[in-house]
Amino acid sequence: MNVSGSASQRARSAIFARLHEARREPAGVGVPEVDAALAPLVAEPAGESRRQRFIRHARSWQAEVIETTPLDWPVQLLALLRARGVRQLFAGPGSPIAATLQATVPADQLRWFDRELAALKPELFAADAGITTTLSGIAASGSLLLQPGVEEPRTLSLVPPLHIALLHEQALHDSLLAAIRHYGWAQAMPSNLLTITGPSKTADIQRLLVYGAHGPRELVILLVQNGDADAR
Amino acid sequence: MHAEAPIKLADFHANARAALNDPKLRDSFSGAMDFLIERRARQFPDPAAFEQLRRVGEAVRQHALARLPELLVQLEERLTALGVQVHWAETAADANAIFLDLARRHDAQLMVKGKSMVSEEIELNHAMAAQGIDCVETDMGEYILQLDGDRPSHIIMPAIHKTKRDVAEIFHEHIDGAPLTDDVNELIAIGRRALRDKFASARIGVSGVNFMVAETGSLVLVENEGNGRLCTSVPDVHIAITGIEKVIEKLEHVAPLFALLTRSATGQAITTYLNVLTGPRRPGEKDGPREMHLILLDNGRTQAYREQRFRATLQCIRCGACMNHCPVYTRIGGLSYGTTYPGPIGAIISPHLQSLHETRDLPTASSLCGACGEVCPVGIPIPDLLMRLREAGRHSVAQSATPPQQALRGQGEVRQWAEALAWKAWRLLYSHPVLYRLLVWFAARLNWLTPPWQGGWTLARAPLRPAPQSFRDRLAQRRQQRR
Ligand code: SF4
Repeated sequence: MNVSGSASQRARSAIFARLHEARREPAGVGVPEVDAALAPLVAEPAGESRRQRFIRHARSWQAEVIETTPLDWPVQLLALLRARGVRQLFAGPGSPIAATLQATVPADQLRWFDRELAALKPELFAADAGITTTLSGIAASGSLLLQPGVEEPRTLSLVPPLHIALLHEQALHDSLLAAIRHYGWAQAMPSNLLTITGPSKTADIQRLLVYGAHGPRELVILLVQNGDADAR
Repeated sequence: MHAEAPIKLADFHANARAALNDPKLRDSFSGAMDFLIERRARQFPDPAAFEQLRRVGEAVRQHALARLPELLVQLEERLTALGVQVHWAETAADANAIFLDLARRHDAQLMVKGKSMVSEEIELNHAMAAQGIDCVETDMGEYILQLDGDRPSHIIMPAIHKTKRDVAEIFHEHIDGAPLTDDVNELIAIGRRALRDKFASARIGVSGVNFMVAETGSLVLVENEGNGRLCTSVPDVHIAITGIEKVIEKLEHVAPLFALLTRSATGQAITTYLNVLTGPRRPGEKDGPREMHLILLDNGRTQAYREQRFRATLQCIRCGACMNHCPVYTRIGGLSYGTTYPGPIGAIISPHLQSLHETRDLPTASSLCGACGEVCPVGIPIPDLLMRLREAGRHSVAQSATPPQQALRGQGEVRQWAEALAWKAWRLLYSHPVLYRLLVWFAARLNWLTPPWQGGWTLARAPLRPAPQSFRDRLAQRRQQRR
């Protein structure tokens, strides 16, 4: 490699030499019940379903939640696009909802994220909205769990000022830890994993909360319920 | 952009005095800290539940530190397999040289940077500017400070010392076409617009790291604004920099630390984004960095690591709760400390990053009230560490009652003969009862001789004057009267 490569190797040896000088328990000290992190710290109302809890928290973070059904969500989406005056909606061409979007959204409003970002930057940075699917949602915090990748790139949920996310109720998990365990990521991690809780925000000026810092100003969740809505 | 306001460490007392006399500054800090304290308290209504979670957080960090060399090797292996280049840096200069080399290789004149205290520690912006490379802060608070040539005064809310009026003026002066407005929504919109072009055109994105996961080779970033995601998704190259201590063993260990971090820092149950990056863009992906680098910085951390008595310092997850609850920090603000990390965490980490001598006043900038230790979400015994640093500064290895394995940087160099003499005299008196009584006898009779001016003590307090009769004598008298 180059000069900085060998300097890095020298630094590495020196750092490890110092670390190995220290007296320690190389087996570690053990970690007790991580599950303590699962227990809610602030009391939650009893008798709430997972869906109700998700909605309550998501709304408290300023996300808009539209409860809908597998057949009805395209209608809701159209109404939303109209209400917000969206001219350019970006979507992933390989996404599981691509065909439905193609059939629903007027062609002149729908833009596919079908090239490398480098070739799309001017258009994506000028778009009004992006729509993505979600892997799951977390009831305890009202968060969306996204796994951006080949089908739906990372910037789709980040650059346009309005992010619309489709979430299936049956995909909800109780907590982040439950989701981590369920998906077995410790064995195989995707290149990017993300929880999104509400629109982007900042309180950097005089602690005054403002939505729409660098990411979306608005987050709208289309929460798709399965047949018997209150079974969960 | 301006040079940062030069604040010298040696000026700590002068800085603190100036800050105390600045009512605007005191107001903004005490208001902000009260606000953060209150918000955190609402997140932990049940002390037992907090204690339980904190024990887990503490164990996760202690476990990781016990296995630090092994976990760093595992992390490096995973990252290398994923295609991430891992660089090691012993000093700030090493780290800057790596940045410069990468910038040159990619012919980058512009870098966009997410919030990273380690990049402040190495003064990356300056080092790059000196080579003609523009390294732009994108966190709103940091961006405001960079435009103004100022420095962060809090590790979580860097621009806490600025009012919206200040920000309006800074934007109006430095951003083309920015109107002078007091409206915070409008101000943020101005910042957002100004930075969007930078995100779109920068070749390199720089970020810090909140946690590194050894078992998966993942970098975990916690943020609200989305600038961290932009820095790590849009540019072709992502360079992450962090301290070697930030590694944890397992992915599921993120859950308790994340829960503790956001609640302790800003009193939020969760941040807008938890962004987990595992290697660069994979085949078929249309965004994300094509090239990813991780710079692991030592810069004095191995000194804290080597000594078991100081190792807990490295458990820190940089939540800032200790400074929010510190009565000294609240009154003098973050800039007075003159170090990258202010407040109690700054007082316990800076002596290792710099030296005991250079940071000699910081371990004493505490009333030892214990608030920092009580709120620390990973159980760092901050008051104990402050005392140990005071001791190490005043005693060489040979003089020390608890000698370190090797001398710390600046060990014993804070020693002052007058202070040392005073303690020697104290020890002599307190171990010789006859001498002690003799002194008390004289002090009680000659108490009219005590000077009305007693250095710093009498600046705000009545002078100390020995009582005409010692406490001991009064007790003895009472006992006699009872009989
Ligand atoms: S020392 Fe503890 S309280 Fe202070 S910043 Fe670090 S983790 Fe937070």
